[in-house]
Amino acid sequence: MSIDWSHFTPWSSLAGGLLIGVAAAMLVLLNGRVAGISGILGGLLAPRRGETAWRAAFLAGLFAAPLLMLLFGPSVDRRIDADFSVLAAAGLAVGIGTSYGSGCTSGHGVCGISRLSPRSLAATAAFMLAGMATVFVVRHLA
Amino acid sequence: MNALGAFLAGLVFGVGLLVSGMTDPGKVIGFLDLAGAWDPSLAFVMGGAVLVGLFAFGLAKKRARSFFGGAMHLPHNRDIDNRLVGGSLVFGIGWGLAGFCPGPALVSFAAGEEKAAIFVAAMLIGMLLYRGAERFIHEPRRQARHKA
Repeated sequence: MSIDWSHFTPWSSLAGGLLIGVAAAMLVLLNGRVAGISGILGGLLAPRRGETAWRAAFLAGLFAAPLLMLLFGPSVDRRIDADFSVLAAAGLAVGIGTSYGSGCTSGHGVCGISRLSPRSLAATAAFMLAGMATVFVVRHLA
Repeated sequence: MNALGAFLAGLVFGVGLLVSGMTDPGKVIGFLDLAGAWDPSLAFVMGGAVLVGLFAFGLAKKRARSFFGGAMHLPHNRDIDNRLVGGSLVFGIGWGLAGFCPGPALVSFAAGEEKAAIFVAAMLIGMLLYRGAERFIHEPRRQARHKA
């Protein structure tokens, strides 16, 4: 293993992480809800009374973030190696997997670990390991 | 009030994702690539978020109601079952393939990134497929088991 010093951004990543924590704190303390993006989005696909407005409002805020950031300068470069078919397969896997697994990096990884939930810790370990194994296969074996 | 609180939380969440660099799939894959040139940034994002989250959820657990007066909707399920682990493994495979998870994909889509739009469309199809399977495969089976 070698560290990729040219891309490693400890301070901005820590700052962004603190902001994500503040956002999760706002949602749970103000609204009594867990900031799990896949769950918030999935709940909109089968709308129920009293379950729609806060989800739509949260996603509207999420969508407004890149517009707000434009005020502070050009956006960060995105390195996306995946082509159409890989993106489609990946998106499908993420949609199905987060539905069966009841959460993603935000719901399990951030909020669940913050709640000290063994269930979320197991989920986080599972998707981290699967992600690492996948990248190993794609980058070093295929 | 509830909608305003949720909007602001979403906004801060999105800004956090952008500041953290997690909307760049290259950084995510750089973290998952232990055998290559490793980018530890994602661990700092998780660390920062959990640091604040520990206080917030510690406080939330002690409260019966939110500051806006609504009920606390915290998960009660504690089972580590096949669904949880299997689903999370499938999610991890998709995450490793593209470097996108739901939050950063939605933010990148909103920023006008076409590749994120493809990913988000497929992710929504995946979520709808799950709902279809729940309705027509899993739920009827559960009912059949109850009858038997």
